[in-house]
Amino acid sequence: MSRRVPLRELAHARAGDKANISNVSVWAYAPGDYPLIKQQLSADRVKQAYPDLIRGPVERYELDQLHGLNFVLRDALEGGVNSSLGLDGHGKSWSFLILALEIEVPDS
Amino acid sequence: MIRIGTGAGFSSDRLTPAVDLARDAALDWLVFETIGERTLAFAHRDRRLDPASGFNPRLDARLRAVLPHCRVNGTRIITNMGVANVAAAGQCALRLARELVGDDFTIALVYGDDVTSVLPPDTPLEDLDGAVVGDLRANLIGANAYLGIDAILPAIDTGADLIITGRVADPSLFLAPAVSHFGWLLKDWPLLGKGTLAGHLMECGMQVTGGYFADPGFKDVSHLADCGYPIAELDDQGDVTITKLEGTGGVVNVRTVKEQLLYEVHDPSAYLTPDVTADFSNVLIREMGHDRVRVSNASGCERPDKLKVTVGLDGGYLGEAEISYAGAGAAGRARLAREVLKELLDRMPDCAGRCRLDLIGVDAVHGSARLVPPEIEEVLTDVRLRVAVRSTDQVLIDAVLWEIEALLCCGPAGGGGFRSRTTPSVVTHSALIDRGLVQTRVEVLRA
Repeated sequence: MSRRVPLRELAHARAGDKANISNVSVWAYAPGDYPLIKQQLSADRVKQAYPDLIRGPVERYELDQLHGLNFVLRDALEGGVNSSLGLDGHGKSWSFLILALEIEVPDS
Repeated sequence: MIRIGTGAGFSSDRLTPAVDLARDAALDWLVFETIGERTLAFAHRDRRLDPASGFNPRLDARLRAVLPHCRVNGTRIITNMGVANVAAAGQCALRLARELVGDDFTIALVYGDDVTSVLPPDTPLEDLDGAVVGDLRANLIGANAYLGIDAILPAIDTGADLIITGRVADPSLFLAPAVSHFGWLLKDWPLLGKGTLAGHLMECGMQVTGGYFADPGFKDVSHLADCGYPIAELDDQGDVTITKLEGTGGVVNVRTVKEQLLYEVHDPSAYLTPDVTADFSNVLIREMGHDRVRVSNASGCERPDKLKVTVGLDGGYLGEAEISYAGAGAAGRARLAREVLKELLDRMPDCAGRCRLDLIGVDAVHGSARLVPPEIEEVLTDVRLRVAVRSTDQVLIDAVLWEIEALLCCGPAGGGGFRSRTTPSVVTHSALIDRGLVQTRVEVLRA
């Protein structure tokens, strides 16, 4: 048996921006949860979760020794902070979009 | 060991904790980092309107507050508060120095980042397919290259108490004092990579000491209102301990450092600066005690051939207006207001594609990416309709904003709290420039 939990319960995250590219780093709170997150939170999954917002490709980098992943989201800021008409042109809150995704956790 | 503190991590960063550092932290260097892509473009615009402006408007307040302490403690200051007008910033600082610390105070100004007149017209714009700088000349506000430590080191060598720059890479503000202090070689890429990591962790101020971090119930931070700025203790091997003043709020732990490690980083093994291609991919982070975190094992390889340039363009104006709907059925009334507005704006010529209509509290920030479920939306009692429009045509913007204001009497029931504003808009793009075209120099002012 397993249950689905929001990533926010297993990991913390921070968003940054450069021009029209957002990056969100995701860090497992407990090292033991990192393999699950790494396995289930693929670049494809992130891209497909928010196709309207993330218009370009998504790349993922792994820092296994720190139990962290870095997602680079291209063309994901509606043109970037100086072009976007949105309230959060930097995408400062994009970290919480990623943390809203669910991870399947086996019952222990 | 060298002790470097951050006194600002962006243009409007808080001042009081910087004074605490200047007074109590026994720093060798205090760094104020205040430039972003936007602030630089706006500073060019300001300078054009008033030749005495275009530098950080908080320079006076910041220096006034810390100069006497820095003088007493022998702390030197390095800052990019010169933004788009280093010369005017220097004059402002000189007046302050004369007023506050008397003579025997030296200021070094670093010039050369403004490449507006030397950027070749055939330079491609990285984020605009096929476009070159020459295509945009009419709207060009200014272009600045990211300078590195090779531009800053001669200023440090003058022995100046205060160094003022324009656009330099943020980590270089921290790396340069370390290179000067330890006598590191400019081609010792692994060491420069380590020092760059220290600078990268420090450049956003409180983002490594508990700012931009708290998530109540998940990541709690104590006394956030009194959050302290970070202190970096670098050793001669380039490894760094991040800490903060005892008694300040906030927290330095493995989590705050991890989050800042990859802030605005793409490939962790290739973080590009003018000084080095830094490699953060094998970094180790260890808590050494209360609010003390040791970061080691960064590396680096040869610096990029070319320098990055931010090109700022006139983007016309951004008009924004909002109106609130509160109480029972707030979201329904706000939705109706949006529909009415959309119908009216669709009838305006040239309006299509220039406007955005959001419901704050429902779908404003994350748009359609994460919809509020209908059963939740139904019980919302505080929703605000927001309209944003960008155009070079102020008449169009005024017409759009007028229609939102008109909703007060012509829209759904209970609409109130109308506000609107129109602000100048800038657009920025990136390009690369040959190092040979960027001539830097240092000017020394003595109080």
